[in-house]
Amino acid sequence: VAAGFLMSGGGGNDVQWCFSQVKGAIDDDVAEADIISTVEFNHSGELLATGDKGGRVVIFQQEIENKSQQQCRSEYNVYSTFQSHEPEFDYLKSLEIEEKINKIRWLPQKNAAQFLLSTNDKTIKLWKISERDKRPEGYNLKEEDGRYRDAATITTLQVPVFRPMDLMVEASPRRVFANGHTYHINSISVNSDNETYLSADDLRINMWHLEITDRSFNIVDIKPANMEELTEVITAAEFHPHQCNTFVYSSSKGTIRLCDMRASALCDKHSKLFEEPEDPSNRSFFSEIISSISDVKFSHNGRYMMTRDYLSVKIWDLNMENRPVETYQVHEYLRSKLCSLYENDCIFDKFECCWNGNDSVVMTGSYNNFFRMLDRSQRRDVTLEASRESCKPRQVLKPRRVCAGGKRKKDEISVDSLDFNKKILHTAWHPQENIIAVATTNNLYIFQEKVN
Amino acid sequence: MINTMECSVDAQSLISISLRKIHNSRTQRGGIKLHKNLLVSYVLRNARQVYMNEKYAEIYRMQQYEEVMTVCNEIQELNPLDLVDCEEQTGDCCGSATESASLCGALLPVSHQAPSAQHIQPSSACSVPLALQSEEVCKAPDPSFYRSCCAEVYPVSNCDFSPVNSMHCNKTTVLDLDTHVVTTVENGYLHQDCCASLQQCCQGAQSPAKKRKLDFEYYVSEIEEVPDFTPCKRAKFEDSSYASTEPLDTSNISNLISIFGSGFTGLVSRQADLEQALNGQFCSKQALASLGAWTRAIVAF
Repeated sequence: VAAGFLMSGGGGNDVQWCFSQVKGAIDDDVAEADIISTVEFNHSGELLATGDKGGRVVIFQQEIENKSQQQCRSEYNVYSTFQSHEPEFDYLKSLEIEEKINKIRWLPQKNAAQFLLSTNDKTIKLWKISERDKRPEGYNLKEEDGRYRDAATITTLQVPVFRPMDLMVEASPRRVFANGHTYHINSISVNSDNETYLSADDLRINMWHLEITDRSFNIVDIKPANMEELTEVITAAEFHPHQCNTFVYSSSKGTIRLCDMRASALCDKHSKLFEEPEDPSNRSFFSEIISSISDVKFSHNGRYMMTRDYLSVKIWDLNMENRPVETYQVHEYLRSKLCSLYENDCIFDKFECCWNGNDSVVMTGSYNNFFRMLDRSQRRDVTLEASRESCKPRQVLKPRRVCAGGKRKKDEISVDSLDFNKKILHTAWHPQENIIAVATTNNLYIFQEKVN
Repeated sequence: MINTMECSVDAQSLISISLRKIHNSRTQRGGIKLHKNLLVSYVLRNARQVYMNEKYAEIYRMQQYEEVMTVCNEIQELNPLDLVDCEEQTGDCCGSATESASLCGALLPVSHQAPSAQHIQPSSACSVPLALQSEEVCKAPDPSFYRSCCAEVYPVSNCDFSPVNSMHCNKTTVLDLDTHVVTTVENGYLHQDCCASLQQCCQGAQSPAKKRKLDFEYYVSEIEEVPDFTPCKRAKFEDSSYASTEPLDTSNISNLISIFGSGFTGLVSRQADLEQALNGQFCSKQALASLGAWTRAIVAF
């Protein structure tokens, strides 16, 4: 693991974060279709994809200003935009299927083209993103605009040649994986074998082969025989980064199950069950809701996994099932506000979380456009804000503090002043560098480590 | 025990808020969200538990007050000088019924604990903590509470859902959630087989009178049933959205309404019976008024 200062991918609090870019409309009137629903870096970090509620995918590409120098600023510019999913109507069930992109996952690059999987509630699609910077010219039978020539006018023969053209990035759907899910898809995860991937809905997890669209394996099914006996649903699932036989899935009851596909074809019986006993003194009307896990992510080294529930982030050692090794409070000051958060539906918000490149820092979002960096190695945490007010180039982000009660200090913000409509649900960390992408409702902020 | 202190709204409001959410989810774009409705059903269950606890406690308090006063009045009629003994007697009875008192004590002030074990039935308040204990019972060997194997799914049984049933009432009408059969239960004695599985919950309450123990089981089975209906109801919404043949919308709402309807109007009718039986004031008027507003609100959905 590189321990260099600049490009280490590590550090949370010795790192100062500064503004780099913001993408999206400036005005406060947010069009619903523009609401960002997923953010994901590709494996090299060169590409950054976002999906939105309108079914659109926008891919940004990093352009290094000066590659030769170590100290460089990189900018992400629009690389490709395409409509991934359209709204559909299931006539049989009288149900509308939203076009919102729930998740995007990149495939590791194998050739010149890039591939990603995008999914809405029901259908997963494999997209090929390829560049075209040359164009064949000099056809014998066709004009330049494509019209066919009158054969009688052809008197000479020439060999068509490739000539340079303006770069064009094309996105084409290569596979459509449909009709695999009765319930709403919440996760997709590409396997380390680069041949298969899993998709998870509320009650089932399917495994697909990337080449085969008309069949999938059902590997987990928690639907009870009698739906009236349903007590929990699957909330997230992910393949292990190195072991292609291992995956985990989290539940609405706050448990995580690790499954080994070598054990049986149907992994209804888990190999490991990760669960922390509930603190009975904290029991409230909303205990079940706040213990529901909204995201689960393996660490890059494959030894840990992180879970996010409404108020906290937990780091689990895969070898210890009975409790997490670390627990971080994201916004504990909300515990006394759960009732209002239930009334305005905020308590159902599904926050995601992510690791940095060397697994030393984790990040997750909160309200008021705040996001939290939790440094595991130094046991420190910081709250930062994605705001248009801190948008001057290279402006360093100032730590924010929330006053839970009592006297509010200068520069602190009180809990009652928090804007619960401004939530950061989706964040992503560059796999190697200290570059982060933070999605507010309809804007994408890119922050970088301060470079002297 | 659910901590209600941090909640700014009471259990009653939470129930109506939750019902509204379930109703709204049916018209949301993208279909019914199974996960969200499941979570809402848990809040509904928790709020209902608290609400029922509060109601039981209230009714129990009033009953005990009424009974003690009746006893004292009777004694007074016999011999005015025995008035003092009456109070002593209740004190003794409170002291003797320590086993059940420990259960009731959690909820009730000391002065209202069960007096004589012979003829006074404990009322549902004593069984109330058992519902809360049910989660702990299944974890008895392990002091930690693990949500994953908690008995939150109550076994589908013939124990029918019905709310507070005063022991003085002769008839109870209940609706079976599984078979949708309406049955009438006499004298508060329900099918013993379905209560047998819950006997372990009653072990903490060593009641000398056999009649009392049966009442325990009956009440325990009631309360055990209380949470049962919520996953059922949410599931009914879910099933209808994913089944092509079942009619949507109205049947589900009417199911939910019929559950609440039978529950709360059942409560209303029983309290009316009780009023007649005791021939005294009853605090139910307030409860009745609020419940009436509830059923009206539910029907409006």
